[in-house]
Amino acid sequence: MDVNLLINAIIAGLLLGGFYAAVTAGISIYAAVTAGISIAFGMLDIVNIAHPAFIIIGSYIAYIVNTKLGIDPIVVSIVALPAFYALGALVYQVYYLSFEKRGQESLRGLAFFFGLLFVTEVCLLLVFGVDYRSVDAPYIGSSLILAGFEFPYRLLVPFLVSMAMFLGLQLFLSRSFIGRAVMAVSQDPLALRLMAIDPTRIKRIAFGISIATASLAGAFLIIIQPVIPSVGRDYIGRIFAICVLGGLGSLPGTLIAALLLGVIESLTSTYYGPSWAPAVSFGILLLTLAVRPSGLLGR
Amino acid sequence: MRTPLFILLEVVFGAALYLLFRKYGNDYVFFAGYTVLQYVVLATAWNILGGYCGYVNFGSAGFFAIGAYSSVFLYTVGQSLDDLFSEHTAGLLHHIFPIPVPILIVIGGVMAGLVGLGTGYLTLRLRGVFFAIATLALAVVLETLVVNWQFVGGSRGAYVIPPAKVPVFGPYIQYLFVLMIILTIIALTIARLIERSRLGMGFATIRDDEMAAEACGVPTLRLKLIATVVSGALMGMAGAPFPFYIGYVDPGSAFNLSYAVNSIAMPMIGGTTSWVGPLIGAILLGTLQQVATVTISSVANLLIVGLLLIGFVIVAPKGIVGLWEDWINKWRAKP
Repeated sequence: MDVNLLINAIIAGLLLGGFYAAVTAGISIYAAVTAGISIAFGMLDIVNIAHPAFIIIGSYIAYIVNTKLGIDPIVVSIVALPAFYALGALVYQVYYLSFEKRGQESLRGLAFFFGLLFVTEVCLLLVFGVDYRSVDAPYIGSSLILAGFEFPYRLLVPFLVSMAMFLGLQLFLSRSFIGRAVMAVSQDPLALRLMAIDPTRIKRIAFGISIATASLAGAFLIIIQPVIPSVGRDYIGRIFAICVLGGLGSLPGTLIAALLLGVIESLTSTYYGPSWAPAVSFGILLLTLAVRPSGLLGR
Repeated sequence: MRTPLFILLEVVFGAALYLLFRKYGNDYVFFAGYTVLQYVVLATAWNILGGYCGYVNFGSAGFFAIGAYSSVFLYTVGQSLDDLFSEHTAGLLHHIFPIPVPILIVIGGVMAGLVGLGTGYLTLRLRGVFFAIATLALAVVLETLVVNWQFVGGSRGAYVIPPAKVPVFGPYIQYLFVLMIILTIIALTIARLIERSRLGMGFATIRDDEMAAEACGVPTLRLKLIATVVSGALMGMAGAPFPFYIGYVDPGSAFNLSYAVNSIAMPMIGGTTSWVGPLIGAILLGTLQQVATVTISSVANLLIVGLLLIGFVIVAPKGIVGLWEDWINKWRAKP
């Protein structure tokens, strides 16, 4: 076996894992929030499966601004953060009023998010067509050669930025008042209410942050690979495999799981061909569900 | 209404539909009618798990494609018997192949039911969301497998050439249409039987409060597995004749997202608590899509379905059946 090929595949996988971590962070926050409500109802049935749709919207915004004005996609996504936060808060408000308040979130809430995912995809399809879209930035195409191993910048830059984002989120959740309130609402919304904090407001903020991360993730996605409207669906399996493997609601677990999946997938596509890669996430998902449903670091 | 009478009514209705189409319609009406009936079966199948038990299946397209691809597989085997087997075995197998479509439907149903059992066994012991996610991923992975499986055409797709004419029925599409009517009758009868049996009551307890049901001694896992298998099998059965209908199957058409979306949207819009809801939803949405595909475009009709789904789950959570019941109650309450 060619050792260099193996190591390069592992490096690419780790860098790809960084991107997955960024993508999954958004879901993971939301999972952290919903875990509490779910325990209260005895059901963990509220998961935003429309998350990939927001990521793709982020990709297309980065694409439009990048091709029209030539601004770096990551800068675009950072500028777009407040807009995504507002979008997330709005979606949560609709979700809360329509489903959570009426106690119907399990079946209809899922259908609602599924509908959102689908409508977004079809709208993008109608506007942009089925062509692959990509962005242009000075660091795309070249690689950093370190000790004879290749670190492509198109993977390295998103990796570094997403690690920074991940660290920021972890600090925010564990140190700031709002962040701690977010963690608290996932444990016991009733107790939070007794402390005179409005759980709905906290959840709205958390959902807004979760959607805001989609803006960054979208920019990373279009730097890493060309994007078409249906690409979001391919990521659903991976995203949830990572969430489940890492343990729902655990950010560190998510990071480990994302890096792990990135490496395994990269090895699979290096040795067996890229068309097999999507099967990896499902295999891991099934294995986790069968062996340890609470995930690596789940409670 | 007693079940035999119900079946008789369905048969009479189905026969009337067929004769009407045959007398006044052309081949296009049969093609369009086939698609609508296929959606009735898919929506009814989805509702057995989704509506009765409250477990969301996002992988309808996957189960549908299992049925479609088991037909493609057996058809391809039938085409290349002489290459695959020794002369003696091939000679024997020529008596069996080509397998008639009704038997392919049964095989497709069994395959999809088995996959449903496997997925369900791994994920249904956990909370509902894991099952929903697993079904979503299942469709993606099955597609990956088919794309990499050259025998059934891989990503290029496979041609399935049906005979042009069949004895008694005439054009092949009319034969398929009649098969689909029979499948619809089977699906609706099963859904109605379940609804009125102890099984249906068990399903309803799971939907309303699984913890309480478990505490009362309802064997929830077994009931959920039964629902998954029946629902998956019916979807597979709906998919098995698909290659003969379309003539050319590729992963993109067999795993089309519109099956997943429609089989959720139709019961949600019609109403999920009884067999009538998916029927109404599928006929309305299916016909609407056939009209929209011809008059506007096939992408636009998917947009319509998605928007209707979102609109209905927010505004009318009980669907058209619920709206109708509310209206009747209001009307009765008036002196």
